[in-house]
Amino acid sequence: MGLVIAFWVLAVLAILSALGVVLLRNVFRASLSLVLCFLAVAGLYITLSADFLAAVQVLVYVGAISVLIILAIMMTRNVPQGNPSNKLAIPVFIVAAAFLAVMVYAVTGTAWPVSTQPPLEPTTAALAIKLFGEGGFILPVEIAAVLLLAAVLGAIVVAREK
Amino acid sequence: MNIVYHGIAVPDMKQLPPDWPGGFFWHWLVFTVIIFTFVFTLVMAFTWVERRGLGRMQSRLGPNRAGPFGILQPVADAIKVLLKEDIVPSRSDRIVHWLAPVVAFFPALLIFAVVPFQNGALLADLDIGILYVVAISSVSTVGIFMAGWGSSNKFSLLGAMRNVAAVVSYEMPLVLAVIGVVLIAGSLSMNQIVLAQDIPLILLQPLGFLIVFIAGCAEINRSPFDLMEADSEIVAGFHTEYSGMKFAMFYLVEYAEALALSAIIATLFLGGWRGPVLPPWLWLVIKVFAVFFLMVWTRTTLPRIRIDQLMALAWKFLFPLALINLAITGLQVVAWPDALPWTMIIVNFAIAAVLIVLWSRLFKVGWGRVEV
Repeated sequence: MGLVIAFWVLAVLAILSALGVVLLRNVFRASLSLVLCFLAVAGLYITLSADFLAAVQVLVYVGAISVLIILAIMMTRNVPQGNPSNKLAIPVFIVAAAFLAVMVYAVTGTAWPVSTQPPLEPTTAALAIKLFGEGGFILPVEIAAVLLLAAVLGAIVVAREK
Repeated sequence: MNIVYHGIAVPDMKQLPPDWPGGFFWHWLVFTVIIFTFVFTLVMAFTWVERRGLGRMQSRLGPNRAGPFGILQPVADAIKVLLKEDIVPSRSDRIVHWLAPVVAFFPALLIFAVVPFQNGALLADLDIGILYVVAISSVSTVGIFMAGWGSSNKFSLLGAMRNVAAVVSYEMPLVLAVIGVVLIAGSLSMNQIVLAQDIPLILLQPLGFLIVFIAGCAEINRSPFDLMEADSEIVAGFHTEYSGMKFAMFYLVEYAEALALSAIIATLFLGGWRGPVLPPWLWLVIKVFAVFFLMVWTRTTLPRIRIDQLMALAWKFLFPLALINLAITGLQVVAWPDALPWTMIIVNFAIAAVLIVLWSRLFKVGWGRVEV
C-alpha cells in the first residue's frame, strides 16, 4: 500500500517536473525542474529496492550533471526569456508525440517478466560481485573508465587555446 | 535521564537499545527529534566555540556579554537576525530566491540520518551509508546556485560560480580518500565502519584524514577556502542579497555543514562513538568538537587563498595524493591483511610524511601569477 502511494506520488512528480523542463520559459527554472525530475526518479529506484542505484542517480545526475547544466546556463544570455521559437516547433511536436505513442504501445503491450524472488537486502556486495567477480564485467568497466578519460582529454584538447 | 547542555536538555541516547523496538514510525519520530535537537544544539555551541575561540587566538575577548562567558550569544544572535527585515531585491527571481535556503538546508540535515550515535542507534542504517552522504551533500550545491542566481546580483552569481568550482574540484580527492576508509572497513555502512575500527582509522589512514579534512573544508566554504564569500572581493558571495530569516537559514547551513563534516570525519577516522568509560554519544560529541576545533584553528591561522591557488591545490596536490593513497591502501589490504597494526601505523605515517614533503617540493601553489 505504502509502496503504491509512493510510486504514484513519485511518478506524478517526475512527469510534472519533466513537463516543466519542456514548458517553462525561464531556462534556469527549467533546469531546476530537471533536478526535481532526477530526484523523483531516484525515489522510484528506492521503491524498487535499488538503493545503490538511487544514491548514484542523485550523486551523478543531481550533484554533477545538473550542476554543470546550470553552470552552462549561467554563461548564456537572455535566460529568463528562454530560446526564441522557430518553425520547427510543430514538426518536432509531431515526431515527439509519435515517439511517445510507440513507447506507450511497446511498454503496455509487452508481457514483462516479474521476478518472484524477494529483493536482495544488501545490494552493494551483490552488485560488486556481479560486476567484478568471476564471469563478471570487469573488462567493460575498465574500458568504460578509459573511454571517459579519453573523452576528458579530448575536451581539454578541443577547449585549449593555441 | 537528561543532561543539560548550554541550557537545552539533550535526551540521553544511551537508553535507546540498539534495535529500537517501537516499530518503524516510533523509530523515525524519536530519531528525527534527536537529530533536530543534536543539530540545533551543537550548531549554537559551534558558533559560540568559533567566536570565542577566534577571539582567544586573535588576542581579543570575543563576545562575552550575553550570559556567563557569553554562552547566550547564539541566542542573542538568533533573536537579532529573526527580527531583521526580510529584503528581497526587486529584480530577483522570487520563487528561486525564496526556495534557495530551504534547498541548501535540508541536505545538511539529511546527512545525520546515517551518523551513528551508538551501535545501531541511528535513523537509518543504510547499507550504502557513506555513498548516501556523498550523494546528499552534493544537492546543497543546487541550493547555493539558486541563491546566487535568484538574487540577480553579480556578486551573488560570482560567489555561486566559485562555489561550484570548489565543490566539483574537491569532491574527487574527498571521495577517493573516503574510499581508502571503505577498503579497510570493508563496508559502506557508517555503523559497520565504526564497528570495524578497533583502532581509530586516522592512525592507519593519516594521509586520507588530511585529504578529507582539507577537501571537506573547501567544500563547505570554511576559511581559508571561503573564496565564495570572500568579503574583501565579492561582498558576501551567494548570500549577499539575503537578510532576516533567510540569512539565518544560510548561517545555519554553514554551521550544520561544518557539524556534518565533523561528525563524518569523527565517524570515519576517529572511531565514532567508540571509546572507554564515557557513554558512546558523549564520545561522538567530544570527537565532533575536536574536529571542529581543528577547523577553527586552521581558520584563524591561515590567510584566505586565491582562486587559482584553490584550483591548483585540488588538482595538483590533493588529487594525485588521494590516488596514490588509494593505490597504497588497496595494496596493503590485499597483500598484508594480517599485518600487525602498529607496523602499518608506522609505515603509513612514514608514507604520508614522505608524500607530503615530496609533493610540496614538486609544485608550488601559484607564485602571484595565473597559469593558463
